[in-house]
Amino acid sequence: MNTELTGIIATFLLTLVIAIPLGKYLAKVFAGEKVWTDFLKPLETGIYKLSGINIKEQMNWKQQLKALLTINVLWLFYGFFVLIYQDKLPFNPDGNPGMTPDLAFNTIISFVANCNLQHYSGESGVSYLTQQYVLMFLQFVSAATGIAAAVVLFKAFRDKTTTELGNFWEFFVKSITRLLLPLSIVVALILTFNGTPASYEGKDQFISLQGDTVNVSRGPAAQLIAIKHLGTNGGGYFGANSAHPFENPSYFTNMVELIAQVIIPIAMVIAFGFFIRRKKLAWTIFGVMTIGLFMLLIPMLSSELGGNPALAKMGISQSTGAMEGKEVRFGPAASAYWATVTTIISTGSVNSMHDSTMPMSGTWQLLGMMINSFYGGCGVGLLNYFIYLIVAVFISGLMVGRTPEFLGHKVEAREIKIAAIITLLSPFLILAGTAIASYIFTSHGDAAWAVQPKNWLNNPGFHGFSEMLYEMTSSNANNGSGFEGLGDNNIFWNLSTGIVIFLGRFLPIIGPVAIAGLLGAKKFIPESAGTLKTDTKTFALMTFAVIIVLNALSYFPALALGPLAEYFTMLK
Amino acid sequence: MKKYIIQSIRLTLVLLVLLCVIYPISVAFIGKMSKGNGGGEKITKNGKTVGYALLGQSFTKPEYFWGRPSAVAYNAAGSAGSNKGPSNPDYLKEVQSRIDTLLKYNPGIKKSDIPADMVTASGSGLDPNISEAGAAIQVARVAKARKIDEKKVKELVAMNTLKPFMGMFGPSSVNVLKLNLALDEL
Repeated sequence: MNTELTGIIATFLLTLVIAIPLGKYLAKVFAGEKVWTDFLKPLETGIYKLSGINIKEQMNWKQQLKALLTINVLWLFYGFFVLIYQDKLPFNPDGNPGMTPDLAFNTIISFVANCNLQHYSGESGVSYLTQQYVLMFLQFVSAATGIAAAVVLFKAFRDKTTTELGNFWEFFVKSITRLLLPLSIVVALILTFNGTPASYEGKDQFISLQGDTVNVSRGPAAQLIAIKHLGTNGGGYFGANSAHPFENPSYFTNMVELIAQVIIPIAMVIAFGFFIRRKKLAWTIFGVMTIGLFMLLIPMLSSELGGNPALAKMGISQSTGAMEGKEVRFGPAASAYWATVTTIISTGSVNSMHDSTMPMSGTWQLLGMMINSFYGGCGVGLLNYFIYLIVAVFISGLMVGRTPEFLGHKVEAREIKIAAIITLLSPFLILAGTAIASYIFTSHGDAAWAVQPKNWLNNPGFHGFSEMLYEMTSSNANNGSGFEGLGDNNIFWNLSTGIVIFLGRFLPIIGPVAIAGLLGAKKFIPESAGTLKTDTKTFALMTFAVIIVLNALSYFPALALGPLAEYFTMLK
Repeated sequence: MKKYIIQSIRLTLVLLVLLCVIYPISVAFIGKMSKGNGGGEKITKNGKTVGYALLGQSFTKPEYFWGRPSAVAYNAAGSAGSNKGPSNPDYLKEVQSRIDTLLKYNPGIKKSDIPADMVTASGSGLDPNISEAGAAIQVARVAKARKIDEKKVKELVAMNTLKPFMGMFGPSSVNVLKLNLALDEL
């Protein structure tokens, strides 16, 4: 069998081998049961003490959200000012300038929101101080925020009726000490010993074999790359992200980074089932998500391995597949697998340039981000899926003529209203954002911005439209990858995507947590013959149908104008 | 509310120490034991650094194997891909001219021998590798320019070919810098 395909199959299987036990472990950690990492308790106690936190204090869902939002807003202010003044602060060996206010606005929202859309380039846009004390710091804490929010949801369904949902700070700190930090140390060391720089030395210079003078950007990259994947953040140390040979030196490190970004999202699903003692529910959710993964992956593999038809017409060999924007050491199969997982999970790191992938691959990447819950980001993937579940429960309830129930709690008007708003939010932000961008591009091409609107697009025609659609979709999904040809470092894109990222992050956290809190407080209704069971294959199929129908209805017209139109023009 | 603000500030400070001082410095410290001492593995020739093992560099002379086209001219302080879309007419013209260049400098090869990686820009602009097919089409040119036997060149290519990981996973590739270094050392 083809070694490129065996490579991705092995990667996926290894992911499961690690993720499933990790999920069981997480369920125990958050339930406060005994686990082997309990030796870290003194560290946690120290953190709580220094921060003035009493973890015995129970919070209801509103208090949980207040704590979550307070600390996130604090990070916004802290990071914004450090980014603007990075040129005047220490640890800037390459002498990079401070950020403009609009770029800092975009960057800080993007990293607080676990999105990591980057309108700067790592080599020239940030200092070592901001790489670590702002960007890498936020990669840890934004992932922990997502996980903690998901654990609040777990709590709401563990007991029959409850308003006491545990302590937000405890979930947040444990996500770091028991999960993100230990795994980051392991991954960072694997990367370092395979060639990724980890030291604080500045730029180097050498004379190449042919006599050219070459400058080399370096720095403590391995530490950041580890958490960028484990925390499904995706913001790279260098401009080319994980396509850069320093960020991702070999096929082996590529497997490691691929596994690292998928294990926590899968583990969270498993943890959910074990935590609320409904394992079957977790397996059906996992099943739907995995089928979703393969339905996007297989067609993408086929178009990337098939090569670019326009190049085939020129008469060259297509045996290596489509290679524009890809690296030889990964090849098209591992690049397509990466492009799939990085878009369904909200990582957004890339090991190949998505702008140069085939049109149909672009369609699957966009769709993955639009759905945003086939595994999904750290914690938030499950929250997104929860909204689909509530909608599916509601529609099924209407179909069989019963009051919809979820895990023994009646789903009523208030919860459905919240779910409906969250469902409508994504298409609204993506489509309105793309429409405004298209309008400015066509009607105000001469606006005097850092990049004039008429020069925004790196590619003409339908592909250019896809670049704008991708940017908005990626922002809303908190993904952070891009069709990077887009000239995005100017006031329009910095502000518009900043706002989209902010709303696309916090409303889909507030909504599901609120629904879970409201449901958890309701009277528990024991299962009866008339209960709609949510852990059956039929219901799984129903949820899958809801996901496909909602997204197809919302986005088909936009996809038809971009990648689908490009695909059909290339068929000629 | 005020309580949450104070807790947030204190927790942020504590975590900054743990995550931004203790964690990265420990990794950097242990990383000193890695091949390049945690600063990237360098390749030296006659005591001088001529490159980094992982980073591709520009080769244009006929006596060297060429790497892949690069959107940033192998600038290791500003990595990037071309971000050209697959149907972009300007891009397709560029590819056509790369094909013509290869055919011109490598007489004797057929168009259908040229693999896509030799005429497309890499994702990082720093790809250190080419495919085995990409090396094969250049063997005759390099041998002629260096006035050595093609067989010897082929041997060196084989020696600098990295097989799939563990023999089973991923593609094989040829490291251009190491191959050219080996040629210079002949």
